[in-house]
Amino acid sequence: MSANRVIEGSIHSLLRVLEHTLESEELARRDGLLQSLDPRVKLLGFLSLIVAAAASRRLEVIGAVFALATVLAIRSRVPLRTLMIRVWAGAFAFTGLIAVPALFLTPGRPVGRLPVLGWALTAQGLRGASYLISRVETTATLSMLLVLCTPWTHVLKALRVLRVPIVLVVILGMTYRYILLMIGTAEEMFESRRSRTVGKLEAKEARRLAVATAGVLLSKTMQLSADVYLAMQSRGFSGEVYVLDEFEMRRRDWSWLAVFFALGAAAMWMGH
Amino acid sequence: MHIPDGYLSPATCAALYASSAPFWYVSLRRLKRLLTTKLIPLLSVFAAFSFVVMMFNLPLPGGTTGHAVGVSIASIVLGPWASILAISIALFIQAVFFGDGGITAFGANCFNMAVAGSLVAYFTYRAVSGKCTIVSRRRVIAAGVAGYLSINVAALLTAIELGIQPMLFRDASGAPLYAPYPLRIAIPAMMAGHLTVAGLAELILSAGLVAWLQRSHPSLLSATAPGAAAADDEVGGFGWLALRPLLVGLAALMLITPLGILAVGTAWGEWSPRDLADRTARQQIAAASANQALPAGVPQGLVRLSSIWTAPFPSYAPPFLRSSSFGYFLSAAFGSGLILVAALVVDWVFAARRRSP
Repeated sequence: MSANRVIEGSIHSLLRVLEHTLESEELARRDGLLQSLDPRVKLLGFLSLIVAAAASRRLEVIGAVFALATVLAIRSRVPLRTLMIRVWAGAFAFTGLIAVPALFLTPGRPVGRLPVLGWALTAQGLRGASYLISRVETTATLSMLLVLCTPWTHVLKALRVLRVPIVLVVILGMTYRYILLMIGTAEEMFESRRSRTVGKLEAKEARRLAVATAGVLLSKTMQLSADVYLAMQSRGFSGEVYVLDEFEMRRRDWSWLAVFFALGAAAMWMGH
Repeated sequence: MHIPDGYLSPATCAALYASSAPFWYVSLRRLKRLLTTKLIPLLSVFAAFSFVVMMFNLPLPGGTTGHAVGVSIASIVLGPWASILAISIALFIQAVFFGDGGITAFGANCFNMAVAGSLVAYFTYRAVSGKCTIVSRRRVIAAGVAGYLSINVAALLTAIELGIQPMLFRDASGAPLYAPYPLRIAIPAMMAGHLTVAGLAELILSAGLVAWLQRSHPSLLSATAPGAAAADDEVGGFGWLALRPLLVGLAALMLITPLGILAVGTAWGEWSPRDLADRTARQQIAAASANQALPAGVPQGLVRLSSIWTAPFPSYAPPFLRSSSFGYFLSAAFGSGLILVAALVVDWVFAARRRSP
């Protein structure tokens, strides 16, 4: 077992998160259609479209919601290449791999045979795989668009409209901040170990390295929790949580909310 | 194991949101009462830790690597209620911000990993570790078992949720609307990866972290080890009280042993000379062996060797008993008793050796 595989693999995963975060923050600052809307409108509107796509029993309706999401991405200046890399390719590869056997395993009317192996391709299998892939692509595009066009703190504050307890909204916000901090810490630990590692480590040693890094991170976590608690107390925290409500619905926001709901309801009705 | 949107029907998603909601509510209520003002920093920071640790590449035996969920270490350090919330928060950020797991399937993912995973991990860890000392090796084994079991229970629940989709949701042509595989495919496909790679990753992380904490920060293990024995008590073994949950489980298993009678036919490869001589039994054996032709008579070697030892309870039924159910139960009690006595003798011998200067 190469130590490189453990260290490099972990560093790669951690840095990818930071890369995605920076890219999302940059996109959320752009001057586009979705960026200009109230976060609550986007949250409620996209949820209605996601539920409509998930509930639809017609491929054309799911395809129409997907087309709508793509148009919204273009109008919001989200590069299609970003969607392709971050959503479409990954979802297609993962779900496609899962859906392929269903083409042959789903019982139904045969419409063709696989050359050499002779397995029967069924119409029902083809349709089932299409449902799965189109639904996954559509819902993943919508949920990623919400995050790419809205600062994370605004997404969290918008959750209040769904009656999520305020204490959970605050915890989610802090968790996000500490994830970035801990990713930095973990990445530094792996980097420092990489700079001190020569040659290859035995599998047992590589396991010990990964677990010890996780252990140190856990100790730092508990220490950090105590430090944050003391810092909160020093600022007069007594258990009551307040969040500034800086959102304001304009006429344009109400109009778009109505459009999203109308499209969602139409998709539900036509897809049933 | 993170189910994306589109694999589960809205009805299943709603049912699993509803199943998770009481656990979130109770967890939040309990933690607010216990931790008061410490709740926010502890959960925030621990959820962040769970998120980051999910990205670690863990080297596994066989040269491959895997990722752990970290649910069992959260349960062991924080207890099940805080673990439910911390893992749910980490899953929420994964789903919404990184698209790993769906928004409509968030309730399902939380039910499988955060709720079921935390509860299974916590109760397994407590049952196996008993009241042994904080630094006992048994806690490392308990953490490993808890990690392995919790992730596999979560995987089984996921497989069941995916596997019931084609039974319940099809379009007019009969095509599956959501996850397309029935239970007989979904369960083995999901469990194959989790019984091996994912289960091992969780086992290694849980056991390794508990061993590391025992050396570096044993106090972090004390929250879920009430009544842990002092270090000196370890010399004399772990005591019967600590084994109580295991003994209760063993007794329950003994009581259900008569269920074995419900099985039809004979166990493959465990045939007696009498089975091979009987015409009906021969037909059953051939059917169970892909219709392979059996030898014309009973093999002489089998006849000779089978007469060397005659079991006191042949076929799990002592000859003097008429009720086969009671025979099964008596056999289970007798066999378990023999094993317990043997374990006690071994424990007594080793304890005597440790005590001797």
